[in-house]
Amino acid sequence: MDQKDLLLLRLLEENSRLSPEELGVMAELSPDEVTRRVAALEEEKIIRSYTTVIDWDRAANGGVAAIIELKVNPERDYGYDRIAERIAKYREVRSLRLITGVYDFQLTVTGKTMHEVARFVSEYIAPMDRIRETATHIIMKTYKENGQAFCEKEAGERIPYSL
Amino acid sequence: MRDYVSTRARVIPPSGIRKFFDLALSMEGVISLGVGEPDFPTPWNLCEASIYSIEQGGTSYTSNRGIQKLREMLAVWLHQHYQLSYDPDDEMIITTGVSEGLDIAIRAVTDPGDEVIIAEPCYVSYGPCVTLAGGIPIPVQCREKYQFRLHPDDLMEAVTARTKALIINFPNNPTGAVMRKEHLSAVADIVTDHDLLLISDEVYSELTYTGSHVSPATLDGMWDRTITLNGFSKAYAMTGWRIGYLCAPKEICDAALKIHQYVMLCAPVMGQVAALEAIRRGEDEKDRMVQEFRVRRNLFIEGLNRIGLTCHMPEGAFYAFPSVEKTGLSDLEFAEQLLREEQVAVVPGSVLGKGGADHCRCAYAVSRKDLAEALRRMEHFIAGIPG
Repeated sequence: MDQKDLLLLRLLEENSRLSPEELGVMAELSPDEVTRRVAALEEEKIIRSYTTVIDWDRAANGGVAAIIELKVNPERDYGYDRIAERIAKYREVRSLRLITGVYDFQLTVTGKTMHEVARFVSEYIAPMDRIRETATHIIMKTYKENGQAFCEKEAGERIPYSL
Repeated sequence: MRDYVSTRARVIPPSGIRKFFDLALSMEGVISLGVGEPDFPTPWNLCEASIYSIEQGGTSYTSNRGIQKLREMLAVWLHQHYQLSYDPDDEMIITTGVSEGLDIAIRAVTDPGDEVIIAEPCYVSYGPCVTLAGGIPIPVQCREKYQFRLHPDDLMEAVTARTKALIINFPNNPTGAVMRKEHLSAVADIVTDHDLLLISDEVYSELTYTGSHVSPATLDGMWDRTITLNGFSKAYAMTGWRIGYLCAPKEICDAALKIHQYVMLCAPVMGQVAALEAIRRGEDEKDRMVQEFRVRRNLFIEGLNRIGLTCHMPEGAFYAFPSVEKTGLSDLEFAEQLLREEQVAVVPGSVLGKGGADHCRCAYAVSRKDLAEALRRMEHFIAGIPG
Protein backbone atom coordinates (compact mmCIF):
# COMPACT_ATOMS: atom_id res chain seq x y z
CA MET A 1 0.00 0.00 0.00
CA ASP A 2 1.66 3.21 -1.17
CA GLN A 3 0.67 6.69 -2.33
CA LYS A 4 -0.27 5.42 -5.79
CA ASP A 5 -2.58 2.79 -4.28
CA LEU A 6 -4.21 5.46 -2.14
CA LEU A 7 -4.71 7.64 -5.19
CA LEU A 8 -6.25 4.75 -7.15
CA LEU A 9 -8.63 4.06 -4.25
CA ARG A 10 -9.67 7.69 -4.09
CA LEU A 11 -10.27 7.86 -7.82
CA LEU A 12 -12.24 4.61 -7.85
CA GLU A 13 -14.29 5.56 -4.84
CA GLU A 14 -15.40 8.64 -6.71
CA ASN A 15 -16.00 6.87 -10.02
CA SER A 16 -15.60 3.11 -10.22
CA ARG A 17 -16.22 3.08 -13.99
CA LEU A 18 -12.80 4.53 -14.89
CA SER A 19 -10.82 2.24 -17.16
CA PRO A 20 -7.24 1.10 -16.44
CA GLU A 21 -6.14 3.37 -19.31
CA GLU A 22 -7.83 6.43 -17.80
CA LEU A 23 -6.62 5.59 -14.31
CA GLY A 24 -3.13 5.11 -15.70
CA VAL A 25 -3.00 8.61 -17.17
CA MET A 26 -4.37 10.14 -13.99
CA ALA A 27 -2.05 8.31 -11.63
CA GLU A 28 1.05 8.29 -13.86
CA LEU A 29 1.05 4.47 -14.17
CA SER A 30 0.82 2.07 -17.11
CA PRO A 31 -2.58 0.40 -17.66
CA ASP A 32 -1.03 -2.97 -16.79
CA GLU A 33 0.33 -1.59 -13.54
CA VAL A 34 -3.15 -0.22 -12.72
CA THR A 35 -4.75 -3.61 -13.42
CA ARG A 36 -2.17 -5.36 -11.26
CA ARG A 37 -2.59 -2.93 -8.36
CA VAL A 38 -6.40 -2.97 -8.49
CA ALA A 39 -6.40 -6.78 -8.57
CA ALA A 40 -4.17 -6.79 -5.48
CA LEU A 41 -6.48 -4.35 -3.69
CA GLU A 42 -9.44 -6.58 -4.54
CA GLU A 43 -7.51 -9.64 -3.36
CA GLU A 44 -6.75 -7.95 -0.04
CA LYS A 45 -10.45 -7.06 0.27
CA ILE A 46 -9.58 -3.39 0.50
CA ILE A 47 -11.83 -2.88 -2.50
CA ARG A 48 -15.05 -4.60 -1.38
CA SER A 49 -17.35 -3.90 -4.30
CA TYR A 50 -18.06 -1.49 -7.14
CA THR A 51 -21.29 0.32 -6.58
CA THR A 52 -23.45 3.26 -7.62
CA VAL A 53 -24.61 6.13 -5.46
CA ILE A 54 -28.31 6.62 -6.09
CA ASP A 55 -30.50 9.42 -4.86
CA TRP A 56 -33.56 7.25 -4.17
CA ASP A 57 -35.62 10.29 -3.26
CA ARG A 58 -35.24 11.49 -6.83
CA ALA A 59 -35.93 8.07 -8.24
CA ALA A 60 -39.28 8.43 -6.41
CA ASN A 61 -39.38 4.71 -5.86
CA GLY A 62 -41.41 5.06 -2.70
CA GLY A 63 -38.86 3.19 -0.62
CA VAL A 64 -38.24 3.92 3.05
CA ALA A 65 -35.01 3.80 4.98
CA ALA A 66 -34.45 3.92 8.69
CA ILE A 67 -31.56 4.10 11.07
CA ILE A 68 -31.99 1.56 13.86
CA GLU A 69 -30.00 1.71 17.06
CA LEU A 70 -29.69 -1.34 19.28
CA LYS A 71 -28.51 -1.98 22.81
CA VAL A 72 -26.92 -5.41 22.94
CA ASN A 73 -25.57 -7.69 25.65
CA PRO A 74 -22.23 -8.95 24.39
CA GLU A 75 -21.42 -12.67 24.59
CA ARG A 76 -18.61 -14.15 26.62
CA ASP A 77 -15.70 -15.07 24.30
CA TYR A 78 -17.34 -13.53 21.21
CA GLY A 79 -18.27 -10.01 22.25
CA TYR A 80 -20.51 -8.44 19.64
CA ASP A 81 -19.26 -10.37 16.63
CA ARG A 82 -21.60 -13.36 16.49
CA ILE A 83 -24.76 -11.35 16.99
CA ALA A 84 -23.55 -8.84 14.39
CA GLU A 85 -23.03 -11.64 11.90
CA ARG A 86 -26.59 -12.83 12.46
CA ILE A 87 -28.08 -9.38 11.98
CA ALA A 88 -25.97 -8.76 8.89
CA LYS A 89 -27.47 -11.79 7.17
CA TYR A 90 -30.78 -9.99 6.58
CA ARG A 91 -31.05 -8.50 3.12
CA GLU A 92 -32.99 -5.55 4.61
CA VAL A 93 -29.92 -4.53 6.62
CA ARG A 94 -27.88 -2.25 4.36
CA SER A 95 -25.18 -1.35 6.87
CA LEU A 96 -24.25 -2.37 10.36
CA ARG A 97 -21.76 -0.80 12.69
CA LEU A 98 -20.59 -1.14 16.29
CA ILE A 99 -20.53 2.33 17.78
CA THR A 100 -19.65 4.09 21.03
CA GLY A 101 -22.23 5.92 23.12
CA VAL A 102 -25.65 5.01 24.48
CA TYR A 103 -26.33 2.33 21.85
CA ASP A 104 -24.06 -0.44 20.62
CA PHE A 105 -25.15 -1.14 17.03
CA GLN A 106 -26.29 1.20 14.34
CA LEU A 107 -28.03 -0.27 11.28
CA THR A 108 -29.56 1.16 8.19
CA VAL A 109 -32.58 -0.78 7.08
CA THR A 110 -34.57 -0.31 3.90
CA GLY A 111 -38.03 -1.43 2.94
CA LYS A 112 -40.84 -0.61 0.55
CA THR A 113 -43.06 1.01 3.17
CA MET A 114 -42.78 2.37 6.68
CA HIS A 115 -44.94 -0.55 7.79
CA GLU A 116 -42.53 -3.04 6.25
CA VAL A 117 -39.55 -1.50 8.03
CA ALA A 118 -41.41 -1.41 11.35
CA ARG A 119 -42.44 -5.03 10.98
CA PHE A 120 -38.92 -6.13 10.15
CA VAL A 121 -37.57 -4.46 13.27
CA SER A 122 -40.28 -5.72 15.60
CA GLU A 123 -40.48 -9.26 14.22
CA TYR A 124 -36.86 -10.05 13.44
CA ILE A 125 -34.46 -7.70 15.17
CA ALA A 126 -36.07 -6.78 18.49
CA PRO A 127 -36.88 -10.35 19.57
CA MET A 128 -33.33 -11.62 19.01
CA ASP A 129 -31.53 -12.87 22.07
CA ARG A 130 -29.27 -10.28 23.67
CA ILE A 131 -31.03 -7.28 22.09
CA ARG A 132 -32.09 -5.15 25.04
CA GLU A 133 -33.51 -2.10 23.40
CA THR A 134 -34.20 -0.66 19.94
CA ALA A 135 -34.69 2.88 18.63
CA THR A 136 -35.97 3.37 15.10
CA HIS A 137 -35.36 6.63 13.21
CA ILE A 138 -37.07 6.97 9.85
CA ILE A 139 -34.88 8.86 7.37
CA MET A 140 -36.82 11.85 6.13
CA LYS A 141 -34.37 13.30 3.63
CA THR A 142 -30.81 12.54 2.58
CA TYR A 143 -28.55 15.51 2.04
CA LYS A 144 -25.25 13.72 1.54
CA GLU A 145 -24.33 10.10 0.86
CA ASN A 146 -20.88 8.55 0.37
CA GLY A 147 -19.29 11.97 0.16
CA GLN A 148 -21.74 13.13 -2.50
CA ALA A 149 -23.88 16.09 -1.50
CA PHE A 150 -27.37 15.97 -3.01
CA CYS A 151 -28.12 19.54 -2.10
CA GLU A 152 -25.27 21.31 -3.93
CA LYS A 153 -26.15 24.83 -4.93
CA GLU A 154 -24.80 26.33 -8.11
CA ALA A 155 -21.45 27.90 -7.30
CA GLY A 156 -21.23 31.67 -7.25
CA GLU A 157 -20.53 33.68 -10.34
CA ARG A 158 -17.09 33.03 -11.79
CA ILE A 159 -15.44 35.48 -14.13
CA PRO A 160 -14.47 34.01 -17.52
CA TYR A 161 -10.88 35.31 -17.50
CA SER A 162 -8.24 36.37 -15.04
CA LEU A 163 -4.57 36.90 -15.76
CA MET B 1 -10.39 71.12 -20.33
CA ARG B 2 -7.05 69.68 -19.30
CA ASP B 3 -6.29 66.00 -19.67
CA TYR B 4 -6.38 64.92 -16.07
CA VAL B 5 -4.98 61.46 -16.59
CA SER B 6 -1.36 61.12 -15.57
CA THR B 7 1.30 60.06 -18.03
CA ARG B 8 2.10 57.02 -15.91
CA ALA B 9 -1.50 55.85 -15.89
CA ARG B 10 -1.77 56.54 -19.60
CA VAL B 11 1.30 54.58 -20.63
CA ILE B 12 0.49 51.35 -18.84
CA PRO B 13 -1.25 49.01 -21.28
CA PRO B 14 -4.87 47.98 -20.81
CA SER B 15 -5.66 44.31 -20.33
CA GLY B 16 -5.04 42.41 -23.55
CA ILE B 17 -8.16 40.31 -23.21
CA ARG B 18 -10.81 42.91 -22.50
CA LYS B 19 -12.69 42.11 -25.71
CA PHE B 20 -12.55 38.38 -24.98
CA PHE B 21 -13.94 39.03 -21.54
CA ASP B 22 -16.96 40.90 -22.88
CA LEU B 23 -17.48 38.34 -25.64
CA ALA B 24 -17.41 35.42 -23.19
CA LEU B 25 -19.88 37.14 -20.88
CA SER B 26 -22.33 37.55 -23.78
CA MET B 27 -22.28 33.82 -24.60
CA GLU B 28 -24.05 30.77 -23.18
CA GLY B 29 -22.43 27.47 -22.25
CA VAL B 30 -18.86 28.73 -22.14
CA ILE B 31 -16.28 26.42 -20.57
CA SER B 32 -13.68 28.78 -19.23
CA LEU B 33 -10.09 27.66 -19.01
CA GLY B 34 -9.23 31.32 -18.68
CA VAL B 35 -9.48 31.82 -14.94
CA GLY B 36 -6.40 31.58 -12.76
CA GLU B 37 -8.15 30.39 -9.64
CA PRO B 38 -9.09 27.03 -8.14
CA ASP B 39 -12.63 25.92 -8.95
CA PHE B 40 -12.97 24.48 -5.44
CA PRO B 41 -14.84 26.44 -2.82
CA THR B 42 -12.73 27.60 0.12
CA PRO B 43 -12.55 24.64 2.58
CA TRP B 44 -15.52 25.01 4.88
CA ASN B 45 -13.59 25.10 8.16
CA LEU B 46 -11.79 28.23 6.92
CA CYS B 47 -15.11 29.92 6.12
CA GLU B 48 -16.56 28.80 9.44
CA ALA B 49 -13.60 30.25 11.37
CA SER B 50 -14.12 33.57 9.65
CA ILE B 51 -17.90 33.57 10.17
CA TYR B 52 -17.45 32.78 13.85
CA SER B 53 -14.91 35.57 14.18
CA ILE B 54 -17.33 38.06 12.63
CA GLU B 55 -20.03 36.93 15.06
CA GLN B 56 -17.60 37.60 17.91
CA GLY B 57 -17.10 41.14 16.63
CA GLY B 58 -13.86 40.59 14.75
CA THR B 59 -14.45 43.33 12.21
CA SER B 60 -11.87 45.98 13.06
CA TYR B 61 -8.45 46.94 11.70
CA THR B 62 -5.59 44.67 12.59
CA SER B 63 -2.01 45.78 13.17
CA ASN B 64 -0.47 47.10 9.96
CA ARG B 65 1.70 44.03 9.65
CA GLY B 66 -1.24 41.69 10.16
CA ILE B 67 -2.50 39.57 13.05
CA GLN B 68 0.45 38.65 15.28
CA LYS B 69 -0.62 35.01 15.68
CA LEU B 70 -0.95 34.58 11.92
CA ARG B 71 2.58 35.92 11.34
CA GLU B 72 4.02 33.75 14.09
CA MET B 73 2.41 30.59 12.76
CA LEU B 74 3.32 31.52 9.21
CA ALA B 75 6.96 31.93 10.20
CA VAL B 76 6.95 28.42 11.65
CA TRP B 77 5.14 27.04 8.60
CA LEU B 78 7.62 28.67 6.20
CA HIS B 79 10.50 27.20 8.12
CA GLN B 80 9.00 23.72 8.22
CA HIS B 81 8.02 23.67 4.56
CA TYR B 82 10.72 25.66 2.77
CA GLN B 83 13.47 26.12 5.39
CA LEU B 84 12.87 29.87 5.18
CA SER B 85 13.76 31.93 8.25
CA TYR B 86 11.85 35.17 8.73
CA ASP B 87 11.17 37.02 11.95
CA PRO B 88 7.38 37.50 12.23
CA ASP B 89 7.85 40.86 13.96
CA ASP B 90 10.33 42.56 11.65
CA GLU B 91 10.54 40.68 8.38
CA MET B 92 6.96 39.91 7.43
CA ILE B 93 3.84 41.80 6.30
CA ILE B 94 0.43 40.27 5.64
CA THR B 95 -0.74 41.88 2.39
CA THR B 96 -3.99 42.20 0.49
CA GLY B 97 -3.20 39.37 -1.85
CA VAL B 98 0.18 38.86 -3.51
CA SER B 99 -0.87 41.67 -5.87
CA GLU B 100 -0.41 44.24 -3.13
CA GLY B 101 2.76 42.55 -1.90
CA LEU B 102 4.18 42.83 -5.38
CA ASP B 103 3.27 46.50 -5.69
CA ILE B 104 4.74 47.56 -2.35
CA ALA B 105 7.84 45.41 -2.91
CA ILE B 106 8.51 47.08 -6.25
CA ARG B 107 7.81 50.56 -4.93
CA ALA B 108 10.01 49.96 -1.90
CA VAL B 109 13.08 49.27 -4.04
CA THR B 110 12.60 51.11 -7.34
CA ASP B 111 14.00 54.56 -8.08
CA PRO B 112 13.17 56.47 -11.27
CA GLY B 113 15.19 55.04 -14.12
CA ASP B 114 15.98 51.75 -12.40
CA GLU B 115 15.73 48.79 -14.70
CA VAL B 116 13.79 45.81 -13.39
CA ILE B 117 14.16 42.58 -15.31
CA ILE B 118 11.01 40.50 -15.63
CA ALA B 119 11.10 36.82 -16.55
CA GLU B 120 8.36 36.40 -19.15
CA PRO B 121 5.83 35.11 -20.08
CA CYS B 122 4.29 36.01 -16.76
CA TYR B 123 1.42 37.42 -14.80
CA VAL B 124 0.45 40.74 -16.39
CA SER B 125 0.93 43.12 -13.49
CA TYR B 126 4.72 42.97 -13.05
CA GLY B 127 5.55 45.38 -15.88
CA PRO B 128 2.85 47.97 -15.10
CA CYS B 129 3.80 47.92 -11.39
CA VAL B 130 7.40 48.69 -12.32
CA THR B 131 6.29 51.48 -14.66
CA LEU B 132 4.01 52.99 -12.01
CA ALA B 133 6.96 52.97 -9.60
CA GLY B 134 9.01 54.95 -12.13
CA GLY B 135 11.19 52.04 -13.12
CA ILE B 136 11.80 50.54 -16.53
CA PRO B 137 10.57 46.98 -17.07
CA ILE B 138 13.03 44.86 -19.07
CA PRO B 139 11.50 41.62 -20.31
CA VAL B 140 13.61 38.50 -20.62
CA GLN B 141 12.20 35.43 -22.27
CA CYS B 142 11.96 32.02 -20.64
CA ARG B 143 12.29 29.75 -23.64
CA GLU B 144 10.29 26.67 -24.40
CA LYS B 145 13.46 24.76 -25.25
CA TYR B 146 14.47 25.20 -21.58
CA GLN B 147 11.02 24.05 -20.41
CA PHE B 148 10.19 27.75 -19.93
CA ARG B 149 12.82 28.13 -17.23
CA LEU B 150 14.88 31.30 -17.01
CA HIS B 151 18.23 30.52 -18.62
CA PRO B 152 21.27 32.27 -17.11
CA ASP B 153 22.58 33.30 -20.57
CA ASP B 154 19.32 35.07 -21.40
CA LEU B 155 19.36 36.79 -18.04
CA MET B 156 22.98 37.93 -18.53
CA GLU B 157 22.07 39.61 -21.81
CA ALA B 158 19.44 41.72 -20.06
CA VAL B 159 21.63 42.90 -17.18
CA THR B 160 23.03 46.44 -17.45
CA ALA B 161 24.64 48.88 -15.03
CA ARG B 162 21.16 50.26 -14.31
CA THR B 163 19.59 46.93 -13.41
CA LYS B 164 18.19 47.01 -9.89
CA ALA B 165 16.09 43.92 -9.53
CA LEU B 166 14.81 40.72 -11.11
CA ILE B 167 11.24 39.48 -10.80
CA ILE B 168 10.57 35.77 -11.18
CA ASN B 169 7.52 33.58 -10.60
CA PHE B 170 8.06 29.84 -10.26
CA PRO B 171 6.02 27.63 -10.39
CA ASN B 172 5.02 29.86 -13.25
CA ASN B 173 1.83 31.41 -14.46
CA PRO B 174 1.26 30.78 -17.44
CA THR B 175 3.71 27.99 -18.30
CA GLY B 176 3.65 25.79 -15.20
CA ALA B 177 7.45 25.77 -15.30
CA VAL B 178 9.37 24.99 -12.13
CA MET B 179 12.95 26.07 -11.42
CA ARG B 180 14.71 23.34 -9.51
CA LYS B 181 17.59 24.05 -7.19
CA GLU B 182 20.27 23.80 -9.87
CA HIS B 183 18.39 26.19 -12.16
CA LEU B 184 17.82 28.70 -9.39
CA SER B 185 21.44 28.52 -8.28
CA ALA B 186 22.64 29.55 -11.74
CA VAL B 187 20.31 32.56 -11.67
CA ALA B 188 21.27 33.35 -8.07
CA ASP B 189 24.93 33.54 -9.07
CA ILE B 190 24.17 36.28 -11.57
CA VAL B 191 21.96 38.12 -9.09
CA THR B 192 24.76 38.02 -6.51
CA ASP B 193 27.56 38.91 -8.95
CA HIS B 194 25.70 42.01 -10.14
CA ASP B 195 24.43 43.00 -6.73
CA LEU B 196 20.78 42.72 -7.78
CA LEU B 197 17.68 42.23 -5.71
CA LEU B 198 15.40 39.26 -6.40
CA ILE B 199 11.62 39.58 -6.11
CA SER B 200 10.28 36.06 -6.03
CA ASP B 201 6.54 35.54 -6.47
CA GLU B 202 5.93 32.04 -5.12
CA VAL B 203 2.14 32.00 -4.96
CA TYR B 204 2.02 28.58 -6.68
CA SER B 205 4.71 27.03 -4.44
CA GLU B 206 2.40 24.42 -2.90
CA LEU B 207 1.37 23.33 -6.38
CA THR B 208 4.70 21.72 -7.19
CA TYR B 209 4.30 18.22 -8.61
CA THR B 210 7.90 17.21 -9.24
CA GLY B 211 10.15 17.28 -6.19
CA SER B 212 9.67 19.98 -3.57
CA HIS B 213 9.49 23.72 -3.98
CA VAL B 214 12.81 25.52 -3.55
CA SER B 215 12.55 29.05 -2.25
CA PRO B 216 15.36 31.20 -3.69
CA ALA B 217 15.97 33.01 -0.38
CA THR B 218 17.32 29.73 1.00
CA LEU B 219 20.17 29.62 -1.52
CA ASP B 220 23.67 30.70 -0.52
CA GLY B 221 23.99 34.45 -0.24
CA MET B 222 20.41 35.11 -1.37
CA TRP B 223 18.47 35.77 1.84
CA ASP B 224 19.81 39.33 2.14
CA ARG B 225 18.83 40.19 -1.40
CA THR B 226 15.46 38.46 -1.81
CA ILE B 227 11.89 39.57 -1.29
CA THR B 228 9.73 36.48 -0.95
CA LEU B 229 6.09 36.92 -1.93
CA ASN B 230 3.46 34.27 -1.34
CA GLY B 231 -0.18 33.93 -0.43
CA PHE B 232 -3.17 31.75 0.30
CA SER B 233 -5.20 32.23 -2.88
CA LYS B 234 -4.07 29.31 -4.99
CA ALA B 235 -3.19 26.54 -2.54
CA TYR B 236 -6.16 27.04 -0.23
CA ALA B 237 -8.73 28.17 -2.81
CA MET B 238 -8.92 31.58 -1.16
CA THR B 239 -8.70 33.99 -4.11
CA GLY B 240 -11.53 36.27 -3.01
CA TRP B 241 -10.24 36.62 0.55
CA ARG B 242 -7.23 38.61 -0.67
CA ILE B 243 -4.49 37.39 1.66
CA GLY B 244 -0.83 37.28 0.73
CA TYR B 245 2.41 38.01 2.51
CA LEU B 246 5.73 39.70 1.93
CA CYS B 247 8.91 38.51 3.62
CA ALA B 248 12.17 40.42 3.37
CA PRO B 249 15.15 41.59 5.41
CA LYS B 250 14.15 44.23 7.97
CA GLU B 251 15.37 47.28 6.07
CA ILE B 252 13.37 46.43 2.95
CA CYS B 253 10.40 45.22 4.98
CA ASP B 254 10.31 48.52 6.89
CA ALA B 255 10.23 50.46 3.63
CA ALA B 256 7.44 48.27 2.22
CA LEU B 257 5.54 48.58 5.50
CA LYS B 258 5.48 52.38 5.21
CA ILE B 259 3.82 52.11 1.79
CA HIS B 260 1.46 49.41 3.05
CA GLN B 261 0.46 51.63 5.99
CA TYR B 262 -0.39 54.56 3.76
CA VAL B 263 -2.19 52.74 0.96
CA MET B 264 -3.75 49.68 2.59
CA LEU B 265 -3.51 50.10 6.35
CA CYS B 266 -4.00 46.37 6.79
CA ALA B 267 -5.20 43.30 4.93
CA PRO B 268 -8.89 42.43 5.48
CA VAL B 269 -9.32 40.92 8.93
CA MET B 270 -11.87 38.30 7.79
CA GLY B 271 -9.34 36.93 5.33
CA GLN B 272 -6.57 36.95 7.90
CA VAL B 273 -8.70 34.87 10.27
CA ALA B 274 -9.44 32.38 7.49
CA ALA B 275 -5.72 32.26 6.64
CA LEU B 276 -4.88 31.49 10.26
CA GLU B 277 -7.30 28.55 10.15
CA ALA B 278 -5.69 27.47 6.86
CA ILE B 279 -2.29 27.31 8.54
CA ARG B 280 -3.67 25.53 11.59
CA ARG B 281 -6.02 23.02 10.02
CA GLY B 282 -5.98 23.46 6.27
CA GLU B 283 -3.24 21.06 5.28
CA ASP B 284 -5.39 18.00 4.49
CA GLU B 285 -7.84 19.89 2.29
CA LYS B 286 -4.96 21.61 0.53
CA ASP B 287 -3.25 18.29 -0.14
CA ARG B 288 -6.50 16.87 -1.49
CA MET B 289 -6.87 19.79 -3.91
CA VAL B 290 -3.24 19.59 -5.01
CA GLN B 291 -3.63 15.89 -5.71
CA GLU B 292 -6.73 16.58 -7.79
CA PHE B 293 -4.90 19.28 -9.78
CA ARG B 294 -2.16 16.79 -10.51
CA VAL B 295 -4.66 14.20 -11.76
CA ARG B 296 -6.26 16.84 -14.00
CA ARG B 297 -2.88 17.95 -15.26
CA ASN B 298 -2.06 14.40 -16.32
CA LEU B 299 -5.40 13.97 -18.09
CA PHE B 300 -5.34 17.36 -19.77
CA ILE B 301 -1.75 17.35 -21.03
CA GLU B 302 -2.23 13.86 -22.42
CA GLY B 303 -5.41 15.08 -24.12
CA LEU B 304 -3.80 18.21 -25.59
CA ASN B 305 -0.95 16.24 -27.09
CA ARG B 306 -3.40 13.64 -28.40
CA ILE B 307 -5.45 16.26 -30.28
CA GLY B 308 -2.30 17.78 -31.75
CA LEU B 309 -1.61 20.76 -29.51
CA THR B 310 1.96 20.14 -28.41
CA CYS B 311 2.39 20.82 -24.73
CA HIS B 312 5.28 20.24 -22.36
CA MET B 313 4.45 18.62 -19.02
CA PRO B 314 4.16 21.48 -16.52
CA GLU B 315 5.75 20.66 -13.17
CA GLY B 316 3.69 23.12 -11.15
CA ALA B 317 0.77 25.57 -10.90
CA PHE B 318 -2.49 24.71 -12.71
CA TYR B 319 -1.80 25.90 -16.21
CA ALA B 320 -1.10 24.14 -19.48
CA PHE B 321 0.67 26.24 -22.11
CA PRO B 322 0.26 24.41 -25.41
CA SER B 323 1.64 25.64 -28.71
CA VAL B 324 -0.99 26.48 -31.31
CA GLU B 325 1.57 26.98 -34.06
CA LYS B 326 0.58 23.84 -35.97
CA THR B 327 -2.97 25.12 -36.44
CA GLY B 328 -1.66 27.95 -38.62
CA LEU B 329 -3.48 30.48 -36.46
CA SER B 330 -1.90 33.10 -34.25
CA ASP B 331 -2.65 32.66 -30.56
CA LEU B 332 -5.03 35.65 -30.67
CA GLU B 333 -6.92 34.18 -33.64
CA PHE B 334 -6.96 30.76 -32.02
CA ALA B 335 -8.35 32.08 -28.74
CA GLU B 336 -10.99 34.25 -30.39
CA GLN B 337 -12.19 31.64 -32.89
CA LEU B 338 -12.21 28.88 -30.29
CA LEU B 339 -14.38 31.06 -28.09
CA ARG B 340 -16.75 32.08 -30.90
CA GLU B 341 -17.10 28.65 -32.49
CA GLU B 342 -16.80 26.23 -29.58
CA GLN B 343 -17.39 28.39 -26.50
CA VAL B 344 -14.10 27.47 -24.88
CA ALA B 345 -12.23 30.35 -23.28
CA VAL B 346 -8.41 30.28 -23.19
CA VAL B 347 -5.92 33.11 -22.78
CA PRO B 348 -3.81 33.99 -25.83
CA GLY B 349 -0.16 33.74 -24.78
CA SER B 350 0.98 36.96 -26.43
CA VAL B 351 -0.85 39.05 -23.84
CA LEU B 352 1.37 37.42 -21.21
CA GLY B 353 4.62 38.86 -22.47
CA LYS B 354 7.71 37.88 -24.35
CA GLY B 355 7.70 34.25 -25.44
CA GLY B 356 3.97 33.92 -25.01
CA ALA B 357 3.10 34.22 -28.70
CA ASP B 358 1.88 31.09 -30.51
CA HIS B 359 0.77 29.61 -27.21
CA CYS B 360 -2.41 29.65 -25.19
CA ARG B 361 -2.82 29.45 -21.47
CA CYS B 362 -5.38 26.90 -20.34
CA ALA B 363 -6.12 26.74 -16.63
CA TYR B 364 -7.06 23.18 -15.73
CA ALA B 365 -8.74 24.40 -12.56
CA VAL B 366 -12.12 23.12 -13.75
CA SER B 367 -13.83 19.77 -13.18
CA ARG B 368 -12.53 16.70 -15.01
CA LYS B 369 -15.86 16.53 -16.81
CA ASP B 370 -15.47 20.07 -18.13
CA LEU B 371 -11.85 19.39 -19.07
CA ALA B 372 -12.91 16.39 -21.13
CA GLU B 373 -15.65 18.43 -22.82
CA ALA B 374 -13.23 21.29 -23.49
CA LEU B 375 -10.81 18.85 -25.13
CA ARG B 376 -13.62 17.41 -27.26
CA ARG B 377 -14.57 20.92 -28.44
CA MET B 378 -10.94 21.88 -29.10
CA GLU B 379 -10.43 18.75 -31.16
CA HIS B 380 -13.58 19.55 -33.16
CA PHE B 381 -12.35 23.13 -33.65
CA ILE B 382 -8.91 22.07 -34.87
CA ALA B 383 -10.45 19.57 -37.31
CA GLY B 384 -12.51 22.39 -38.81
CA ILE B 385 -9.60 24.76 -39.47
CA PRO B 386 -9.15 25.05 -43.24
CA GLY B 387 -5.81 23.98 -44.72
